[in-house]
Amino acid sequence: MERDELVKLVAERLAELAPPGLAEGGGRITEATVLLGQDGLLDSLGLVNLLVDVEQTLEEETGAALIIGDDRAVSARHSPFRTVGSLADYAMDLLHQHA
Amino acid sequence: MPEEREEVVLVTGTRRGIGRYLAERFAERGAKVIGCSRQPAEWEADGYEHHLADVSSEQDVKALLHGIARRHGRLDVVVNNAGVAAMNAALLTPAATVDRIMAVNFWGTALVCREAAKLMMRRRYGRIVNLGTVAVPLRLEGEAFYAASKSAVVTYSQVLARELGPLGITVNVVGPGPVDTDLLRGVPPDRVDRIVQGQAVKRRGTFADVANVVDFFVRPESGFVTGQVLYLGGA
Repeated sequence: MERDELVKLVAERLAELAPPGLAEGGGRITEATVLLGQDGLLDSLGLVNLLVDVEQTLEEETGAALIIGDDRAVSARHSPFRTVGSLADYAMDLLHQHA
Repeated sequence: MPEEREEVVLVTGTRRGIGRYLAERFAERGAKVIGCSRQPAEWEADGYEHHLADVSSEQDVKALLHGIARRHGRLDVVVNNAGVAAMNAALLTPAATVDRIMAVNFWGTALVCREAAKLMMRRRYGRIVNLGTVAVPLRLEGEAFYAASKSAVVTYSQVLARELGPLGITVNVVGPGPVDTDLLRGVPPDRVDRIVQGQAVKRRGTFADVANVVDFFVRPESGFVTGQVLYLGGA
């Protein structure tokens, strides 16, 4: 799976979870869209939902059983869950490790 | 026309005992029931399908839940019944025994909860019931590691109830006293009698006693009941 496909996947899943106003204009979600923290679209529960959705979609599409929210990622100083792009990058790393 | 079974139920440890009883009961009431154990089941029922899975194996559990998602697309109820017990003095218990008890009783329960909740959250609905034991409140000597593993189940369930509450998923624990199952077979009869005498109601539990509590926890109307531990017999 290529990076732009992963960004698209994360953006699509986010559009289903994010506030209705943003979800309607799904095109406004970019890889720079902030997920967590100040200006973030999601609270912690929303992030859990997003990570589970992405995990399940990746498993269905690639057969790779990943745990995206592992200890390393959750405790990292620079969270890989900060933006759509950083989450896609992190999932990409995990997919490569799994391959 | 085949009967339409909508409610999807997973019960672990269904080869015998309480797990089998609960699985048969859910199936009789019209649910689609999935059961699992490490060995094949020697019984069948309409609406019941059996899978070989070790609940302490992440690979097995993920495959089991993935299969449920693919075939049924939903999961309404999970009863984490699979468990192992070992009676021994704490100072004499081998590390391998401790590993096995914790792996099946605690980690197996947690693993099934984790994967089940991922499926349940799609519909913002779920009922999880985990099996505890009166060995926890009675602090039974000779059962240090078994009781500790079930204490872990209790604490895990109570924290999980808070994390899953916003998702419409409840998590509760039923703690039976002595019930005539394989787990009790290794316990000397005089010891069982002493445990029974420590209860408010001085008799052995039955499968029906356990099912009665499970029924209450899994009712759709019990959506406001979560993080609770109910010990049978007044332990």
